[in-house]
Amino acid sequence: MKALTSASIAHQPLALVNARLIDPAEETETLGGVLIIDGQIRDLGASVVPANLPPYARVVDCAGDCVAPGLIDMRAFVGEPGAEHRETIATATAAAAAGGVTTILARPDTNPPVDEAAVVDFLLRRARDTGRVRVLPSAALTRGLEGEEIAEIGLLQQAGAVAFTDGARSIRNARTLRRAMDYAKDFDALIIHYAEDRDLAAEGVMNEGEYASRLGLAGVPREAEAIILDRDLRLVNLTGARYHAALVTTTLSLDIIAKAKAAGLPVTCATSINHLTLNENDIGDYRTFLKLAPPLRREDERRALVGALACGLIDVIVSDHNPQDVETKRLPFAEAEDGAIGLETMLSAGLRLVSAGDLSLPRLLAAMTTRPAEILGLPQGRLKIGAPADLIRFDPDEPYVVDPAKLHSRCKNTPFDEARMEGKVKLTLVSGEIVFGIG
Amino acid sequence: MGLSAETDQTYVTRPLRSCKTRRMPSLPRDLKFPHRHLLGIEGLSPLDIAALLDLSEEAIEVSRQVEKKRSTLRGRTLINLFFEASTRTQSSFELAGKRLGADVMNMSVATSSVKKGETLVDTAMTLNAMRPDIIVVRHAQAGAVHLLAKKVDCSVVNAGDGAHEHPTQALLDALTIRRNKGCVSGLVVAICGDILHSRVARSNILLLSALGARVRAVGPSTLLPAGIERMGVEVYRDMRGGLDGADIVMMLRLQRERMQGGFIPSAKEYFRFFGLDEEKLRFAKPDALVMHPGPMNRGVEIDSSVADGAQSRIREQVEMGVAVRMAVLEALAQHLPNG
Repeated sequence: MKALTSASIAHQPLALVNARLIDPAEETETLGGVLIIDGQIRDLGASVVPANLPPYARVVDCAGDCVAPGLIDMRAFVGEPGAEHRETIATATAAAAAGGVTTILARPDTNPPVDEAAVVDFLLRRARDTGRVRVLPSAALTRGLEGEEIAEIGLLQQAGAVAFTDGARSIRNARTLRRAMDYAKDFDALIIHYAEDRDLAAEGVMNEGEYASRLGLAGVPREAEAIILDRDLRLVNLTGARYHAALVTTTLSLDIIAKAKAAGLPVTCATSINHLTLNENDIGDYRTFLKLAPPLRREDERRALVGALACGLIDVIVSDHNPQDVETKRLPFAEAEDGAIGLETMLSAGLRLVSAGDLSLPRLLAAMTTRPAEILGLPQGRLKIGAPADLIRFDPDEPYVVDPAKLHSRCKNTPFDEARMEGKVKLTLVSGEIVFGIG
Repeated sequence: MGLSAETDQTYVTRPLRSCKTRRMPSLPRDLKFPHRHLLGIEGLSPLDIAALLDLSEEAIEVSRQVEKKRSTLRGRTLINLFFEASTRTQSSFELAGKRLGADVMNMSVATSSVKKGETLVDTAMTLNAMRPDIIVVRHAQAGAVHLLAKKVDCSVVNAGDGAHEHPTQALLDALTIRRNKGCVSGLVVAICGDILHSRVARSNILLLSALGARVRAVGPSTLLPAGIERMGVEVYRDMRGGLDGADIVMMLRLQRERMQGGFIPSAKEYFRFFGLDEEKLRFAKPDALVMHPGPMNRGVEIDSSVADGAQSRIREQVEMGVAVRMAVLEALAQHLPNG
C-alpha cells in the first residue's frame, strides 16, 4: 500500500478527538477519542482528550462527527487481472478509500481466474504496490470457475486466499459442490456461494412479476435463488463446511437461512446495498445501471431484507461493486451487462436506512465491519484497543449529490446517479495512515 | 459372506516372536483351516489369521530354497480368473500355485466383455464344468467374487473385488509387519490416502484390528468413505495428526483418473498435503515402517526417497505376497475333494 509506506508518519501518534465513537460489536455510541500508535488503536473513549495525549501526537478534531471501524466489503470486483479497462486495484481502492471501505475481498472471476497460487501472489503484490486500502484475494472454488473440478484449495489458502467462491457463477452440479465442501472443510476454508439456478433463471433479466411483464422483459423467479440455496444448505448439513451465501435477496431465501441458523449450521449470508435500498420500480424506463444479478426485487421483499438485517438474520452488507463500461451498459436492457459500482456509495446508501428509522447506526455498521471480520477471521473491523487502526470519520447528516464524474471508480455505472445522499466520509485510515481525506 | 465355518478346528502355530500383549496358545500340530473359500478377511477369526501367517512363514522358507517345489497341490488345477488387469497379484498366485505343484491356467477377461451379472455366472458355470480345484478371481465389482463362489463347486479365492476386499494383500501386509515388529497387537497403523476406493484399506482395517492393532484412516474427507469411523478406526484428515506416533505408515495408491478435480484438486496439491515425503514421515515414530501395496505413483502419494529409503518395506511386501498366497492355497487344499 503506497500510502502506508511513509515511515515518518507511521511512528507519530495520531489522535481523533471530539468524536462520536460507534462500536458496532457492542452496538454502542460514546463521545470521546481514539489514540493510534504504530497502526493500532492504543486508547479509546472519553479519556482520549488533547490534554491526555503524548506530546508529539497529531490531533484531529472531529467536531462531533462519527468515528467507526473502516468498512469490510466482502464482494467487489477489482478488475485485475484481465479487466483493467473496467477497474484496477488502484482505482477500486481509491473509490473504497473515498467510501470508507478499508478492506476489500476481491472476486476471483477475473481473467485468468484466481485458481492458482501464482495469481493470488500477483494480486497480493499488486495490492501492496498500488492499493490504498487492504485487498484480500478470494480464490476460485472450482478450477477455471467451471463448476466441475475442485480448485487447489490448500495451496491457494497457503498463498493467501481467505475465501473460496466461483464469484458470479453458481455451481450447477451438486456432487461437485458436495466434494468441494468436504474438501474445504478439511482446511477450515470458507465457501462463498452465489445461489442461482441457471436453468430456471435462463434468459431472465429482471425480477419476475407484473413489472417485468409490463416492461416486456423476461423474468427471474425468486425460486431460482431459493432452490439452490436450499440445496446448498442441505449439503452444508451433510458436510459441515463453512458456508456464506454471497447474496440473498428474497423472503424465500430468508426462511431457508433462518431454518439453517436455527439448526446450528455454520451458515452466514449477505445481501447487497442495492437490494436493501432499491426495488424493481427503480429500473424505471429500462435504466441498465439497475440491471443486477440477482435482480432488484419488489418493495415488500426489500422491506423484508431490511427487517432481516435489523434482527441479525442477514449478517453482512456488501457493495457488490461491479464496474461496467459504457459499451456494455449502453445497450437494450436485456443485452446490457449486470452490475453496479458501489464501493464509494455503500455507506451513504446504508445511512438512508438509518435515517428512515429502519435500523440503528451501530447495527448498520456491524453488517459492514464486525460481522464480515468475524466471518473472514480478520482482526480489523472492530473499535477496540489493540485492533488495527482501520478507521473512518464521517458526518452522517452531511448532504451531497452523487456526481458520477467525481467518483473514483474507472466506471461510472452507479444506480445512485444524481441521487441526494447524506453522510460523507471525511477521513479514512488504514493501519493508522490516512488514505483519504485531510487529517 | 460365503465363509463356511464347518468345525471348531484347532491350529498349529509357530511360536511368535516377542509378542508381549497377545500370545497365541500352543496348539496341536494338525492345522485345519475351517473355510472352503477365502472371500474376505471378514469372517476370519484371529486364530484363522494367525494360522495363515504361520503357514506363510513356512512358505517363505520353501521359496528361499533352490528347490522351491512342493507337491501339496500336485494334480490340482488352479485358474486365475482376472477381470481386471493385475501384475503382481496374478503373477504371485501363479507362482504360488506352481510352487505347490498345481497346474495353473491364467484367464484374463477384458472387463468390457463381461459386464453383466448373468455373463459372470455363465463364465463361472463354464469354468466349473472344466473341474478346476481352485479359482482365484479378481473383479471390478464388489460382491462379484461372492456371486461366483455360489455357482461353482471348487474353492474360490478373492484376489480383489471392487472397493470391497483384497484379503491376501492384507495377509501379506500383516505378515510383513509381524516379521519386522514381532507382533501386530498394540501397533499404531496409519493407512493413508484413497481409503474410499481401496479394497486393500478395508481388508487391512479388518485384519489389523482383529490382531489388536490401532488402525487409523488418514486422508482428505473426499477420499474417506462415509461412516468409516464406525469401522473401528481413528479418522485423521491431515498427515501430521494421522502419522503422529505411528509404527506403520501404509500408503495407498491414488488411481490416475482420480487425481484431478473430482476427489482432490490436483496431484500437486495431493502430494503437498498427503504425499509421504521425508518431512511428513518424521511425524511417525523414528522406527516406523513404510508400506505400499503397489504399484506406486512416485511423486503423488509417495516420494521416491521414502519409497526407496531405509524405512521402506515395499519390496519385502512383494516377497511376502508369494508366501501368503502359497499358505492360502495350501490351507484351502485341505477341503478339496479327495484331499
